[in-house]
Amino acid sequence: MIDEQLALGDSFIHRLSPGVRVVAALVVSFSLALSNDFYVLGLYFILALILIGLASLPPGAVFKRLKPMFLFVLMIWVILPFTFKGEAFAHLGPFTATRPGLELCLRISIKSVSILLVFIALLATMTVAALGQALHRLKVPNKLVFLLLMTYRYIAVIHGEYTRLVRAARFRGFVPGTNLHSYKTYAYIAGMLFVRASLRAQRVHKAMLCRGFNGRFYTLESPVENRLNPYFMAVIAGLTLALIVMEILGK
Amino acid sequence: MKIVKTPVIRLEKISFTYPGSTAKVLDCLDLDLYARDRIGMMAPNGSGKTTLFHTIMGLCRPDSGRIEIFGRPVSTEVEFQKVRSKIGLMFQDADDQLFCPTVVDDVAFGPLNLGLTPKNALKKARDILAALGIADLEPAITHRLSGGQKRLVALASVLAMEPRVLLLDEPTAGLDDKVKERLVEILNTLDVTLLVIAHDFNFLTSITDRVFSMENGRILLDDEVSVHQHEHMHKLGNRPHKHV
Repeated sequence: MIDEQLALGDSFIHRLSPGVRVVAALVVSFSLALSNDFYVLGLYFILALILIGLASLPPGAVFKRLKPMFLFVLMIWVILPFTFKGEAFAHLGPFTATRPGLELCLRISIKSVSILLVFIALLATMTVAALGQALHRLKVPNKLVFLLLMTYRYIAVIHGEYTRLVRAARFRGFVPGTNLHSYKTYAYIAGMLFVRASLRAQRVHKAMLCRGFNGRFYTLESPVENRLNPYFMAVIAGLTLALIVMEILGK
Repeated sequence: MKIVKTPVIRLEKISFTYPGSTAKVLDCLDLDLYARDRIGMMAPNGSGKTTLFHTIMGLCRPDSGRIEIFGRPVSTEVEFQKVRSKIGLMFQDADDQLFCPTVVDDVAFGPLNLGLTPKNALKKARDILAALGIADLEPAITHRLSGGQKRLVALASVLAMEPRVLLLDEPTAGLDDKVKERLVEILNTLDVTLLVIAHDFNFLTSITDRVFSMENGRILLDDEVSVHQHEHMHKLGNRPHKHV
């Protein structure tokens, strides 16, 4: 269900502490999202590619993860240039593409792809469990951390229940089509999933009570020791600061 | 001199009905469980065995009756919280019990709740996993384990609390013979009071001393029922024949 293929590697990035990677990803993506200058955005894009390189991820796998984003970006390219007001750039039949519209599209594309690349390089290279621990150590509220971890733990179980239900329907001759019977069946399956998820939640809660759960969460601390942690953080912070200064001076 | 033993768990006239239903799942049920008792329960589905376990743990509150655990009456959540850590309940579905992302997190969850430092909880988790022969599963992702592995990890997570009483709810469901044997081996080395629900008679007799049954919301002791199964060989045994 959730494959953590990219987390299996042993590159420079993989060996860094998860906490440092979370903070680095946050810093870079925030400043990137707030930049507008094309040269600065280009440099961010190169930085993102360098991070991907440092994580030595296979290009195919990275491209696969970018695909949903490309669809989203494509939609913007189809709509935005023709609906944005400004100086005309080109005519396409009855439609007019404007220069500011095209610039905006390009910016959105570079930003979204770069941010995603940074996240793939820094965050997809750790397991969800490690991410949860990192967030806990960064003092993210316990409830949010455990919401993430529980979702991760049970999404596969719920998916398993879904496939079992669909298989059971199929074994009794159900063929999905465009008719009321199909819609009804899918609605029953969805309803059943909710019922089962809620019953399971009750059982899990009971199991937690049996093991002394009292509303507070504790985690096993196991910080990743790597003497390169502070250096990596310093380099990322320095580069980001330089890019922010470039952005401000460029205006 | 007569020694009066107090039961570790005593249920008196417990009745329980699920909300919205009229059928009594437990009906004036009595049960005395003494230290080091090893009792098996074999009864049809829906006869209230799981409800019985949940009642002992305070997860289901009975409509009437009295529960005494370790010689003290328990009825409120606070009272149950105190005794829960000393009674280990293993759930029917291991997926309900293992909710942490990794195995070691899960086994350490109980000890951490008991107030152990992370370092000590980690050590305890590792010791238990090693004792059950699954030390190699420590960093494994919980939901990727096989059914048998999940069951052993669930047992480890219960044993990490060092319970005095173990309640096992169908521990063998869906397990192959090899894992069952492993489970029997482990359970026979434990010095605990044991109450086990199972549908597998051979498994029950290999880990318990007596086998009870349940009927109409009550427990039938082994002098009232005798569930048994045996194999024998004789001439022409391969042909259809009657035992008179």
